[in-house]
Amino acid sequence: MRDLYQSQRAQRSMRQAAMQRGVIAILDVGSSKIACLVLRFDGPEHFGDGDGVGSMAGQSSFRVIGAATTRSRGVRFGEIDAMAETERAIRTAVQAAQKMANVRVDHVIACLSGGRPRSYGLDGQVDVQGTVVSEGDIGRVLAECDVPDIGVGREVLHAQPINFALDHRSGLSDPRGQIGQTLTTDMHMMTIEDSVIENLLYCIKRCDLELAGVASSAYAAGISSLVEDEQELGAACIDMGGGSTGISIFMRKHMIYSDAVRMGGDHVTSDISMGLQVAPAMAERIKTFYGGVLATGMDDREMIEVGSDTGDWEHDRRTVSRAELIGIMRPRVEEILEEVRVRLDAAGFEHLPSQQIVLTGGGSQIPGLDGLASKILGQQVRIGRPLRVQGLPQAATGAAFSAAVGLSLFAAHPKDEWWDFDIPAEKYPARSLKRAVRWFRENW
Amino acid sequence: MRSLNLRKSATPRHDPAPSRWGYRYQRLMLTPGFRRMVRVGVPLVIVGGLIAGWAARDSNRQMVADAYSDMKSQIQQRDEFMVKLMAVDGADDTLSGDIRTVLPIEFPVSSFDLDLEEMRLTVAALPAVADAALRVRPGGILQVNVSQRQPVAVFRSADGLKLLDAQGVLVQSIVARSDRADLPLITGDGARDALAEGLAIYRAAGPMADKMRGVVRMGERRWDVILDSGQRILLPSVDPVVAFERVVAMAQAQELLERDVAVVDMRHPARPTIRMNQQAVANLRQTGVTQEQ
Repeated sequence: MRDLYQSQRAQRSMRQAAMQRGVIAILDVGSSKIACLVLRFDGPEHFGDGDGVGSMAGQSSFRVIGAATTRSRGVRFGEIDAMAETERAIRTAVQAAQKMANVRVDHVIACLSGGRPRSYGLDGQVDVQGTVVSEGDIGRVLAECDVPDIGVGREVLHAQPINFALDHRSGLSDPRGQIGQTLTTDMHMMTIEDSVIENLLYCIKRCDLELAGVASSAYAAGISSLVEDEQELGAACIDMGGGSTGISIFMRKHMIYSDAVRMGGDHVTSDISMGLQVAPAMAERIKTFYGGVLATGMDDREMIEVGSDTGDWEHDRRTVSRAELIGIMRPRVEEILEEVRVRLDAAGFEHLPSQQIVLTGGGSQIPGLDGLASKILGQQVRIGRPLRVQGLPQAATGAAFSAAVGLSLFAAHPKDEWWDFDIPAEKYPARSLKRAVRWFRENW
Repeated sequence: MRSLNLRKSATPRHDPAPSRWGYRYQRLMLTPGFRRMVRVGVPLVIVGGLIAGWAARDSNRQMVADAYSDMKSQIQQRDEFMVKLMAVDGADDTLSGDIRTVLPIEFPVSSFDLDLEEMRLTVAALPAVADAALRVRPGGILQVNVSQRQPVAVFRSADGLKLLDAQGVLVQSIVARSDRADLPLITGDGARDALAEGLAIYRAAGPMADKMRGVVRMGERRWDVILDSGQRILLPSVDPVVAFERVVAMAQAQELLERDVAVVDMRHPARPTIRMNQQAVANLRQTGVTQEQ
């Protein structure tokens, strides 16, 4: 835990350094594509500690000056599967984005969707020292949260205080300066497998880049595709990626739950590939051009050429009707959505005041998906596209880029995390010089 | 049957990913400092190195220097810059001869080779020249404008006769008094310093002017006027001109100087004194004895 605390703090300071230089790269390592955006920040003065969403939802402070995307290789289920391939793909994307931006980037904020994310709700309680809640009290109450056994080989990715309660008053977003005796906090902690994050770190290091932050792509997609009232009242963002489908539930502008289904668009493609006996590349093409999930009578008559180059004329000249294609795709999409439903139910999504569900990510572009999703997930379903940010090329404004865009917003306005607060002195190891320094500073 | 036309080569499709070194190279080239160095520094170093290497050989440097001086002289020797003759204005023949002697210039000469300031100083250093101005006039003429010193008096010193201008500066030497008989003669120690006073005495002479031989400064203090009859008029050190005017008046009224008088002594203004010649004294005495008898 200590290591993580240190490394997250190091990343945070790296992010500060990148802000000073004004240029930072956003890297979305997905299973189907790797996207890289280069952001230029207008200056650190735009990043005051003003709470809440700033003007234009924080977009006004940065500008996308480079964007590139490349087909992902070596990533499966949102996890790095073949290091060298992934490294090459990251290099391709970063180089193209750098070329477009005509500036060199050294700091990168990455997001990843795999690693079997798991959410925990933590709470802690302390007595306020003195009468007024100070920053030290918040650090103490965060440190007081009893961390569950997250399991071997797992790492904390996000740990955000989502609620503070002072005595009997709950729902405080910032209790500093308030008068009370007992400070309670609720914290959302998200863990993923540490091997996944280590692999990503290694790949980024091999590209001569410095990692300035890591985020879950479900979280990032939620930031960009949920509108403000959805984030406030409670909504779930379903980020349908290539290899995994991320779920993040937002409430009161905080992510309160996150999970992932290890199925995505690639599975639909492989179903088509197996069902129609075609190459995966062809299957992908058929899916994007003719795919759908709601069959109509018209679709029986629309024949799709299923080319292949086996040399067998009969085999290469096959055609299938679109209805057949939909018949292949629909069960898999249904399966993904059912799985999402299960995860949402497990999270207690039905207890939220508003149960808006937003589908985003590349997989959400299947025609008719909203109709299918409303049958499975509930009536309040919409397809979400990411927020518009300044300078983003038209090609990168689609639903597939919601995680990348959300990560840019996250870079501009990071949420307070656990490690942004000072560790209280008593949590330092005994006989530590730092502890002595802290003790002096607090008592004089 | 298998398709006969060969579809693809055995090598896989081109990998779009940049190589590790290519990626690093591109990042390096995007570094602002490095890019500036490559785009400005390296060409500068290469060009500078080539020039330095070429100039390292003595002959090359010599060649450059030769070419430079050649070109310079070619420009300087153009007709437009050539000076063909010298014109002297404001000087008489003697002085212009002197000027030509002290400025020994072989015409034609380029105007770049003329040091006008030094030449001006040389000309101005001539005794007869009060001031000089030199310039190269269009048409290739070296124009020397001289204001010549005007002699106002002849000064006789131990080593000969000289002409003086109004400031007491020696203008030139003359051989004989008769060369400039029109100028007054002044002599004696300190006469040059009190030249104005001496000349004022001359101006006061009036009708006696043609009888005056000269004025002598006595003891650097006062003046004597010598007349051609050998008579001497001793003037006081204070207001000599007034005293001399009195003598002139006396000479006109009483024919003082026609008499056998050797010296008219005006040194005491209230009491002019006359010294007569020996013969006159004797005659006077004799006359007096005769009258007594």
